[in-house]
Amino acid sequence: MQQIINFILRNKSFLLYILLFFISIVFTIQNHSYQKSKFVNSANFLSGGIYTKANNISQYFGLKEQNNLLQEENNQLKSALYNLEGKTKTSFLDSLSFTSIYNFTPAIVIKNNYTLSTNILLIDKGKRDSIKQDFGVITSKGILGIIDKTSTKYATVLSILNTKSKISAQLKRTNDFGTLKWNGKTPELVQLVDIPSKAKPIQGDTIITSGRSAIFPKGIPIGIVKDFKLDAAEDFYEINVALFNDMTTIEHVYVIENKDTKEINNLLNPADE
Amino acid sequence: MNSVISSNAIRFIVLVLSQILVLSHINFLGYINPYIYILFILLFPVKNNRMVFLLLSFLLGITLDMFLDSGGMHAAACVTIAFIRPAVLKFCFGAAYEHQTIKFNQIEFGAKLTYLSILTVLHHLILFLLEVFNFSQIILVLQKTLFSSIFTIILSVLVTTIFRRKTK
Repeated sequence: MQQIINFILRNKSFLLYILLFFISIVFTIQNHSYQKSKFVNSANFLSGGIYTKANNISQYFGLKEQNNLLQEENNQLKSALYNLEGKTKTSFLDSLSFTSIYNFTPAIVIKNNYTLSTNILLIDKGKRDSIKQDFGVITSKGILGIIDKTSTKYATVLSILNTKSKISAQLKRTNDFGTLKWNGKTPELVQLVDIPSKAKPIQGDTIITSGRSAIFPKGIPIGIVKDFKLDAAEDFYEINVALFNDMTTIEHVYVIENKDTKEINNLLNPADE
Repeated sequence: MNSVISSNAIRFIVLVLSQILVLSHINFLGYINPYIYILFILLFPVKNNRMVFLLLSFLLGITLDMFLDSGGMHAAACVTIAFIRPAVLKFCFGAAYEHQTIKFNQIEFGAKLTYLSILTVLHHLILFLLEVFNFSQIILVLQKTLFSSIFTIILSVLVTTIFRRKTK
């Protein structure tokens, strides 16, 4: 017993080092595995507060560009709205019966990352605005990622530029769907894999979300086909997709809530109740 | 004694803030960022309580991890260089370290550069190994380590030269 205590006392700094190193490695591994509970993340009062302060200042430098983006989107929405008016009035006379499935919440990105292999963004809406894990996040131009962790006022977004993220996407023209991943190299390109070889993609084809998960509605734009090749077994295409979004200058985003998620998941996994 | 504590506390806060608000957003040539917050560990007083030093390094790393959403990579890299620092000090400064008389603003440039470089490269190597977390991409890890280390070392030398206390 005496010897054990002596050993611990003699090597206490080494043992402390091993302990701390072990803790950090555990955190790191949790960070690398998809959606495990993390103790350390930036969705908290301290880092959220500091990033908000910093963003309040740096926001001004991108005002012009962001205004143009918003105007472009307004223009698009206006044209869609006016074209729709004539069509819907006859079929939906009672506006109460027309309930929407998707709920949109606007938010502002206060921390953006695109250089790491596991990029995570921070937005200024959280539990208080009824944002929960697994909500989709989009911008006016295309998809951005999925909500990961939330705190009262902030939430972290698992960006599509994250080697962990997997999103179901499809070719707009042929409806063949696959999985959207990122290889960690450049922030302009993501990879669409598992597209069956019969699909015959063409350079310049549009890629959209497939709506096969309960997270994103169908038809949200992602990007266009830049180049493609068959994989080693020649069964599936691997497509390089050039994103519509400029991931380096993201500011205004929308969080999508699918109100039917629970119902869909209950149907798919009845055992989870 | 109090001035040592307060100056280190201020250094801690200033380095963390400058790292998270400015230096992690430089992205020179796409992905090269300096990580000069490790100056806190490099310039920590030589006469110290080893346990406190290790715990402070862990705190520094985990603070960075919290802000940068990187799990525990910075913490792991920080405690490692904090643990290995006495050996590196001995290697670089020899007798001066044995007599516990190192003053970081009086040592000669060559020895200081070696000391900074060894610990910086080690820190970056562990950091990027854990960030990429994939042995098949070891070339990418080494590339990132090399370029970021050069950036960090140049900035560290500049910062330590500019903020040197006047020696009479």
